[in-house]
Amino acid sequence: MNIVRYQRYPQSDLSVALDRLANMREEMDRVFESPSGSFFRPLASLSRWTPAVDVYHDKDQFTVQVELPGLKKEEIEISLHGDTLTIAGERKPQGNADQGFRTERFFGKFQRSLTLPAVVNAEKVNATFKDGILTVVLPKAEEAKPKQIEVALS
Amino acid sequence: MNIVAQQQNESANLATQEQRRVQYAAPLVDVESNEEGYTIRAEMPGVDKSGLEITVDNGELTIVGHRRTSELTGEPVYREIRNNDFRRVYELDPAIDTAKISARIEQGILTLALPKADSVRPRKITVD
Repeated sequence: MNIVRYQRYPQSDLSVALDRLANMREEMDRVFESPSGSFFRPLASLSRWTPAVDVYHDKDQFTVQVELPGLKKEEIEISLHGDTLTIAGERKPQGNADQGFRTERFFGKFQRSLTLPAVVNAEKVNATFKDGILTVVLPKAEEAKPKQIEVALS
Repeated sequence: MNIVAQQQNESANLATQEQRRVQYAAPLVDVESNEEGYTIRAEMPGVDKSGLEITVDNGELTIVGHRRTSELTGEPVYREIRNNDFRRVYELDPAIDTAKISARIEQGILTLALPKADSVRPRKITVD
């Protein structure tokens, strides 16, 4: 099996529960159709909270988005080792724990690692955090960009 | 012919029905309560102040958050983030003073404070 995004699903309202069931089904469908098998390492399953991640690319760069609502940018660690991008951190619970009577949100440490399929220019990577979404832009290294090859007529 | 006109009308109706059936996702919410009132924290990543619609109607609180449309370039390689807007409805405890409900949103977390009405809080009654 390639990618597993596991989260525990606590008891909740029927509509929220049905919503999660639909989401789970969609995720499982996606896992089975997804062609990139070695993209993610299953490290994510060790931590309880696995924030959702999107990856986009065009000819010049990769863009990775991670949903991290409620964090401050100092609490997020982004690191790049060769072709592997790791986003990690910890979310502390807000408010008074004994007073809560309904907790659905996840807390604690999280980590997502992804191996990018092309070499990136590590010095030009930048990240922004707005409305709880972290956006990391990784420009591709020159040699990784697609090139046109001229065919010479002999 | 008449039949053609009827079919065109039907497809127009279907189109508006589709628009009305927007798919919402329920945001994850933590609720805390004490004798002063309630605090609701809802996770709505991608929503800022302009995308929020919070209404109280007849004892029912409706929270709707519209996600900011992203200006990303590129094709998707892998996606887990659901692009739906958020919606959740709560039936409020009648003890809550709806005029005093306050809300703020920060980094995708909406925090709502719902204080209970003063008259409902426990009071000591003195005996003459």
